[in-house]
Amino acid sequence: MINWLANPARFGRFSARTLPWFGWGAAAVLAVGLYWSLVVAPADYQQGDTVRIMYIHVPAAWMALSVYFFIAVASAVALVWRHPFAEIAARAAAPIGAAFTLICLATGSLWGRPMWGAWWVWDARLTSVLILFFFYLGYIALVNAFDDPSRGGRAGSVLALVGIVNLPIIKFSVDWWNTLHQPASVVRIGGPSIALAMLVPLLIMAAGFCLFFVALLMLRMRTVLNERKAMALRVSAGTAALQTEPEPMPSMKTAAR
Amino acid sequence: MAAFGGLFWRDLRLALRQGGDTGLVLGFFVLAVILFPFGVGPEPAILRRIGAGIIWVAALLSALLSLDRLFESDYQDGGLDLLALSTLPLELAVLAKCAAHWMATGLPLALASPVLAIIVNLDLGEIGILTASLLIGTPALSLIGSVAAALTLGARRQGVVLSVLVLPLYVPPLILGAGAVEASMTGIGARAYLLVLGALSLAALALCPWASAAALRQAVE
Repeated sequence: MINWLANPARFGRFSARTLPWFGWGAAAVLAVGLYWSLVVAPADYQQGDTVRIMYIHVPAAWMALSVYFFIAVASAVALVWRHPFAEIAARAAAPIGAAFTLICLATGSLWGRPMWGAWWVWDARLTSVLILFFFYLGYIALVNAFDDPSRGGRAGSVLALVGIVNLPIIKFSVDWWNTLHQPASVVRIGGPSIALAMLVPLLIMAAGFCLFFVALLMLRMRTVLNERKAMALRVSAGTAALQTEPEPMPSMKTAAR
Repeated sequence: MAAFGGLFWRDLRLALRQGGDTGLVLGFFVLAVILFPFGVGPEPAILRRIGAGIIWVAALLSALLSLDRLFESDYQDGGLDLLALSTLPLELAVLAKCAAHWMATGLPLALASPVLAIIVNLDLGEIGILTASLLIGTPALSLIGSVAAALTLGARRQGVVLSVLVLPLYVPPLILGAGAVEASMTGIGARAYLLVLGALSLAALALCPWASAAALRQAVE
């Protein structure tokens, strides 16, 4: 499937057909999930209605980690098999992942104010996610820092692989250190400790975030491919014009005069 | 091995003789620390509380400033292409360059830190732990920095991109290094912090040359 899609023309046709499905699918699932989590789901017996921030915060955090992992895998593919398509995918995913990380940090801050009494605490989970955000920014800065885009893409690939050391630190930070942030309650040994009435809308929101990511990723990749196509057309048109008309056009001469 | 030693001594001699690179880095280190008493006020108790953190942050910034000369001049004059073609594996070449870089920056920083520790009012035992933490932690700064320096070779606004890449990576040594002094102040004992810091340096020693060499290969491609 990946191999089959790793052809720009095929990807273009495939994404043109499936993009609306992913886009509208994300909108529908997110609408259902938001209604369920903000209206239907019960309030927490301790936290009251503030617990509803979780339905945004937790999927955003999952996506922040998953998108980075996606970038790292795509970077490894780009480095090992030198496939330019993997590089485009990694590069297109980075700003989306950075946005998810920012959403995660912002909602966490809003949630921390009523629960912990502070917008921000320097605990291991928060700090490591903040560092993840800086990794995203560094990756984006590095990829765009070169005049030759392929050099930027390869440098970014190495950086993405270096940054993967941060992912286990984020995941296990709540287990290794005794922190203010609560430990994992969905993916844990012995099944989720979260109530089913809250788990279902949470998973729906997570599915919505995933669809949203896929739709955005396709859109951004299509943009990059179209940009390259336009660039190639412009270059070939320019060389063709140079070959057929070496002397400047008369209209330009009159304009200059 | 002869090539490794040759590269190491060449880099070290260049760093020590070329317009006082080491002196400039040390000067920046001292000035950055001296700014803080002006900023937060000269009260000894406050300075003692934040002193180790200030010195560690200043050491990070000094190391960051010196990173660009790690590969940049060789990249400019083509020496890097010759290194990539030589029989010495590029990973070992990176290691030699990092070792020379540490001798020319990390070691002087660690040796200068006791003087600065007196300025910020640390007592004798804490000065020893601070110096030890810098001696153990600065190799990691050179090694981690080499990855970012190699990645940003030939980039536009290299200095800014380099800092954005390096500073997040420098957070763990900073936490452990400054934490060691603080732990000895509160009576927990600095041993655990220094051991983890040592583990971090060793992990950097094992992993960073690979990443730097991969980045260098792309830069000279």
